Amino acid sequence: MAVATNLSRREFFRAGAAASGGLLVAFYLPLAEASQAGTSFAPNAFIRLRRDGSITLIVGRSEMGQGVLTSLPMLLADEMDADWKRVRVEQAPALPAYANPLMHINLTGGSNSVRGSWIELRQAGAVARTMLIGAAAQRWKVKASDCDARSSYVIGPRHQRLSYGALAMAAASQPVPSKVTLKSPEEFSLIGRPIARVDTPIKVNGRAVFGIDVKLPGMMHAAVARSPVFGGKVKSFDPAPAKAVAGVREVVQISTGVAVVAEHFWAAKQGRDALRVEWDQGALGDLDSGEIERMLSEAGDKPAVVAQRIGDAQRAQASAAKTIEAIYRLPYLAHATMEPMNCTADVRPDRCDVYAPTQGQTPALREAMRITGLPAEKVNVTTTYLGGGFGRRGMVDYVVEAVEVSKALGRPAKVIWTREDDMRHDAYRPVNYSRLAGGLDRNGNIVAWQHRIAAPSLLQDLQGHRPPHDLDKYAVEGAVDLPYAIPNQQIEYALVAPGIPVHFWRSVGHSYTAFVVESFVDELAAAAGKDPYEFRLKLVEGARRYRNVLMVAADKAGWGKPLPTGVGRGIALHNSFGSYVAEVAEVSIEGKGEVRVRRVVAAVDCGTIVNPNTIEAQVQSAIVYGLSAALMGEITIRHGGVVQHNFDDYPVLRMPQMPKVEVYPVAGGPPMGGIGEVGVPPIAPAVGNAIFALSGKRVRNLPIRPKDLA
Amino acid sequence: MLTLTINDKRHRIDVDPATPLLWVIRDHLGMTGTKFGCGAALCGCCTVHVEGSPIRSCVTPVMLVAGKRITTIEGLRSAAGHAVQQAWIAEEVPQCGYCQSGQIMSATALLAQTPHPSDEQIDAAMAGNLCRCGTYQRIRAAIHRAAATLGRA
Repeated sequence: MAVATNLSRREFFRAGAAASGGLLVAFYLPLAEASQAGTSFAPNAFIRLRRDGSITLIVGRSEMGQGVLTSLPMLLADEMDADWKRVRVEQAPALPAYANPLMHINLTGGSNSVRGSWIELRQAGAVARTMLIGAAAQRWKVKASDCDARSSYVIGPRHQRLSYGALAMAAASQPVPSKVTLKSPEEFSLIGRPIARVDTPIKVNGRAVFGIDVKLPGMMHAAVARSPVFGGKVKSFDPAPAKAVAGVREVVQISTGVAVVAEHFWAAKQGRDALRVEWDQGALGDLDSGEIERMLSEAGDKPAVVAQRIGDAQRAQASAAKTIEAIYRLPYLAHATMEPMNCTADVRPDRCDVYAPTQGQTPALREAMRITGLPAEKVNVTTTYLGGGFGRRGMVDYVVEAVEVSKALGRPAKVIWTREDDMRHDAYRPVNYSRLAGGLDRNGNIVAWQHRIAAPSLLQDLQGHRPPHDLDKYAVEGAVDLPYAIPNQQIEYALVAPGIPVHFWRSVGHSYTAFVVESFVDELAAAAGKDPYEFRLKLVEGARRYRNVLMVAADKAGWGKPLPTGVGRGIALHNSFGSYVAEVAEVSIEGKGEVRVRRVVAAVDCGTIVNPNTIEAQVQSAIVYGLSAALMGEITIRHGGVVQHNFDDYPVLRMPQMPKVEVYPVAGGPPMGGIGEVGVPPIAPAVGNAIFALSGKRVRNLPIRPKDLA
Repeated sequence: MLTLTINDKRHRIDVDPATPLLWVIRDHLGMTGTKFGCGAALCGCCTVHVEGSPIRSCVTPVMLVAGKRITTIEGLRSAAGHAVQQAWIAEEVPQCGYCQSGQIMSATALLAQTPHPSDEQIDAAMAGNLCRCGTYQRIRAAIHRAAATLGRA
């Protein structure tokens, strides 16, 4: 049975909203199409149907590996009943018509691409289908309600058939419906099936164009010298040694440092390395990790801003039969996308073209407008493929550099960061200090839970000032919304501002709160003398979706069944971005205390499943990303700058360390959750808990160090 | 002037002979399938074949490979290369895709040397190729698949 939806009104820049009276989808005719009017049917910003039956579907989110270039067109094509084989996809320009419906700007993040566009894109597809059916019905002189559509054909009541291509022009003159009927799940033809990614073929033959691959006629290459101390500024520089390098053309000062411009990148880098810059170090020249640790523990050891209070945790703690306390510490982390930051810009007096592997088209557009003084319609932001994002590419510092360099040169310029630049001038996952206290009653039930988090604030960095009441929702997410029915809870936050830049990092606050919460729940289970799985299961009684994933993960992992000698098993449960995930890790500890993760079983409930293939891939990916951090990831600070510089001192998981990962989707029904980040949070605690089960050693600091376990 | 033979095509190039092969391929010759990841032979994104063996082009001065037979992802036409690419498609390996040219070059070289690699041999051959999207499990499956395809041919 089909579901009718009422459509609400939304305004669009350059969009002919008057045409519809209120669909969610934008009615913007892409410029390229406008010039070929009469050759295609473009009912809205997302769909172009040509007379030959070929269909172009346009994707407003950035493709950074998470599969949106496939999953979003699936939403359009399913409701449109388009022949998937005739579909090609295109990355959208940075126009408001393609804004993220949940954020109202063009930005990819928050694991919300599919759930955020779930209604909008399906409506867009249904609009096209309705207009095509309307055109066919008119031609056949039958009622539209007696027609159906399938695989790019409209089928009439007497089994007449007309192809979408043949109907394209007639459909274009149909009235745009103000209301459409969306399919019910059993009517889906693409949604829910493991559809092959559309970008695989060009990613196995080297033809996919990433930001770093952009080529423009007359383009120069640039490498930038940036302050080794965060917040430092150029005092003076001597361009002569750089200019002495063959191929170097110019040396220009920009807002982030000094750019060396050359005919080829290697010359630019050689020139950059030869350049002599005097830096004004600013305020942070003496800052190191030890000092940051002191700031965190000082703030975390005294009362702070209350983020959540349920019951009276202090009183419950005082009267508990058994109490435990613990301190957890997590480090700064770099994003370390495989493709280092880069951007290409072409600034001219009357226009600016930006080609960027970015998650943040609107921030890129705004920065380009600010730097060039050009209005929005004179600035084009083209999104290339992204060689990883993980939150890093929501920032646009690399765009600022390319636009400034191109503006200074008056010709196209590509700025490429080396790996060292990327590692040392990232904005990092915040460092974290958590102090916990828990109380159990005589029967081993948790009666008191106190959690104080001392950490830098992402909001402070994003907004340029401390958040209201010094409370940052990102710092406490995953801590204030526990899966467990604990009657007395107090969660506090102490904002610490050491000055090291911080930013969203795959799963954001959950990346540390899940480790702390799920490890400490395990500590309480041990203190109560209970099995950690049974302990959790009882705590989520009545919470269906938590319970389901916990049970599926435990069942598939064979929880309770004997393991080989020297292997331990741990479990963790977490909710982030609207999805419920339980993971079980099996680990062993090798010779000198090295942790080997042998197998991970994940059960994931992200609500409605659009592409099961993507879900498996994203959860595998998240587990690897989280394992890299848990086992090896640490950024440390010395003299106000980052110590690590490349993959030798910031190691990440390699093939020989890859565990066997099994992913089990659990269809929990609506509302829909995210998928890109949700597998990260539970992996570190699952591993830590497995280490405890195996060795009796409790992991409270990340990364897990062999010397702590040897 | 140096003469390079890349993908069976000869190029005469006027370049500082210490320039890493990677930047000659990318900037001078405009072939961008080979990627820059670390500049220090730590990540494998820049892997190409020289006389059939995988090397990290980001640390290989171009003068060392003048006159040798160089193959990049764009010129991967061997049976093993084709089988690997097809297996990569069948197993849906790539996510962001940035490291995959290097992964495929390493995997192809492995299969040319070891037609039926064990998991341990795959670990050893692929340990130098990082993937931040974590596609390792599918890479492993794809290598086994490509080996099976080649075994049947």
